[in-house]
Amino acid sequence: MCGLFSNTLVGTMDAIILQVLNGLDKGSAYALIALGLTLIFGTLGVVNFAHGALFMIGAFCAVTLQRILSLSKITLSETKTNFLGQPAEIKTPYVESWFGPEMGAAIIDWSVPLAIFFSIPVMIAIGFIMERGLIKHFYKRPHADQILVTFGLAIVLQEVIKYFYGANPIPTGAPDAFKGSFDFGLMLGYEANAIIYPYWRLVYFAFSALIIGMVFAFLQFTTFGMVVRAGMADRETVGLLGINIDKRFTIMFGLAAAVAGLAGVMYAPINSPNYHMGMDFLVLSFVVVVVGGMGSLPGAVLAGFMLGILESFASMNQVKAILPGIDQIIIYVVAIIVLLTRPRGLMGRKGVMEE
Amino acid sequence: MSTSNFTRRGLMKTSAVAGAGLALPTYLSAANHAGYTNAPQGDTVTLGFNVPQSGPYADEGADELRAYELAVEHLNGGGDGGMMNTFSSKELQGNGILGKKVEYVTGDTQTKSDAARASAKSMIEKDGAVMITGGSSSGVAIAVQGLCQEAGVIFMAGLTHSNDTTGKDKKANGFRHFFNGYMSAAALAPVLKNLYGTDRNAYHLTADYTWGWTQEESIAAATEAMGWNTVNKVRTPLASTDFSSYIAPVLNSGADVLVLNHYGGNMVNSLTNAVQFGLRDKQVNGKNFEIVVPLYSRLMAKGAGENVKGIHGSTNWHWSLQDDASKAFVKSFGTKYGFPPSQAAHTVYCQTLLYADAAQRAGTFNPCGIAEALEGYEFDGLGNGKTLYRAEDHQCFKDVLVVRGKENPTSEFDLLEVVEVTPTAQVTYAPDHPMFAGGALGSCNPGA
Repeated sequence: MCGLFSNTLVGTMDAIILQVLNGLDKGSAYALIALGLTLIFGTLGVVNFAHGALFMIGAFCAVTLQRILSLSKITLSETKTNFLGQPAEIKTPYVESWFGPEMGAAIIDWSVPLAIFFSIPVMIAIGFIMERGLIKHFYKRPHADQILVTFGLAIVLQEVIKYFYGANPIPTGAPDAFKGSFDFGLMLGYEANAIIYPYWRLVYFAFSALIIGMVFAFLQFTTFGMVVRAGMADRETVGLLGINIDKRFTIMFGLAAAVAGLAGVMYAPINSPNYHMGMDFLVLSFVVVVVGGMGSLPGAVLAGFMLGILESFASMNQVKAILPGIDQIIIYVVAIIVLLTRPRGLMGRKGVMEE
Repeated sequence: MSTSNFTRRGLMKTSAVAGAGLALPTYLSAANHAGYTNAPQGDTVTLGFNVPQSGPYADEGADELRAYELAVEHLNGGGDGGMMNTFSSKELQGNGILGKKVEYVTGDTQTKSDAARASAKSMIEKDGAVMITGGSSSGVAIAVQGLCQEAGVIFMAGLTHSNDTTGKDKKANGFRHFFNGYMSAAALAPVLKNLYGTDRNAYHLTADYTWGWTQEESIAAATEAMGWNTVNKVRTPLASTDFSSYIAPVLNSGADVLVLNHYGGNMVNSLTNAVQFGLRDKQVNGKNFEIVVPLYSRLMAKGAGENVKGIHGSTNWHWSLQDDASKAFVKSFGTKYGFPPSQAAHTVYCQTLLYADAAQRAGTFNPCGIAEALEGYEFDGLGNGKTLYRAEDHQCFKDVLVVRGKENPTSEFDLLEVVEVTPTAQVTYAPDHPMFAGGALGSCNPGA
């Protein structure tokens, strides 16, 4: 009896550890997107529904770089034929002919990590254009107008991507070095295969922790960050002190876009990017922001990880056996409970969106 | 002025009489046409192609549309004739259908039942389409099939794989050329038995809607019949994008086979996640862990990249088939568009030809005449070998292909290889099979 009980406990314990890992991984993506959303909301006071689209564009930066690196010189084969019986095309990527076959293949293999450097300037530029070109004109308008215009922008952006890349997902693999999974169970004294987790998802978690840390450090320890924080607290007073807060906020928008973009780049190997992946994350990220507390950066990160872990637990078979379908609604159930008990969210401040 | 005969009252009287006179012949001619919905007038006939032009299946819809355009071209005598040259029936002359030039209108299903019904309705009511065809989802197919039954037009289903389309939701006006979940299971089971043995533990992940349920039921029944044990059947929300939390517990459940009853984006992501977790490199119960994707689509397999290598599934048709009909179709399609057609393109091309041929043989566009011509019709030369359109449920019975993700693809289209062609007899079931029971075909509705 006692043995049976401890067996079930051990059996569930490894499942719980697995779902904690899963939750941390899911939570990383939520937290990164929600962080960018909160940065924009906190500084500019704009509810940016196009933020999911920025995440998606980030993933497509990885796709684009992979395509650029794979650009090939096409020669017609003399022996092989294609499906119509015409001479087949042989593709030799330019990078392979420039750097030699081995180096070239390695560059293509590492295209996703390389896309980090490619995406930062691209995303900052897109963020600048979005803010200066469109969103700037909506600062004084009601939140409903801002939501409508940014939501419209999100649809436009995703249709543009669909036009150029098609509707099907595009496989964008991680470097070969990160294929396969790590056996945590062995480390903790379980049998082999009890708790395994893919290397790339661990990389994703570490990467997002790093980015979150960098954003907080930037806001906490630089003069620029101090001014931005001051502006978030009281925009008018900072302006009266003769500081051009608008310019800094534009830079913050670019930064938030870059954070979302980086989250997207690194996400590309986890699930093949498609044009509507941003919308899939958008609603969740908003729930994350609201649960965390509008305008609170630590709240967004905390809520991101919390909801990620809860979502993972809800999809455990043991839980689904008791509450079927709970995995589909858990996020919203938690949101309702949190908002009923703490109407400003977990770490929300008084006076945000309450004027 | 005063001599003028035109008074307001007089004018109205005259126009009323003239109007009645003009209306009379139209009324009479409608009666002549034996009264069915959208009887073609003049020298053209309009078909309605209802495919996903937006949403996640837009690429598949685009390929269907290409095949429809090709079929229309061939029916009107253009191009190289494609499979019209290999089709066993020689009724089609390349002069349209029944001498009427084929025209078409298109609708966007968006892969949403309500949107698909609205676009089908608009094509029937506004554009006068006499037949509706297309689609890339069983939920949509069943919804549109019901609408066509009520409206009194023929529905030639596109890509729909749920047992229910010709099972409990079958309709007299609806016809399916594509295969179904039961057939996939019947074709796959013997192959899986040969490859992986009879002592296996299967874990199902299933898309939570009509197609997923019927395929899960079919595969579980077929594999259990050969001795496999089903460890768990887990339903995943259709909107899921990250399947990690569903895949993480698989390895520790004692299962050594994972069956992914997913299609489209779900399939791409769940398969990618499963391979990411390294499932295929693992040993469970002393055996290699295996993954099975019962319904394969080459267009979708592309999205999963090299993750499909060595994974088995089934498909309705594949461009690498070497029979004359398949070669003719690939040549015709490939020459026009520059790449080989997908199974979705193939099935809708066949459906268009089959409809045209049935109208030709029946000598009418009346849905009841066409249904009669298609029921129990045996044909060949459309890329699947000998095929029967069974009268009892309007399902086509033909060989089923078992395919495997190719280890060393030679081109970006060369993703799957045919492992076995399962003969028709092996995938045939009784019309009253429990998995298909519950509905009635009813009688054909010619509408008004």
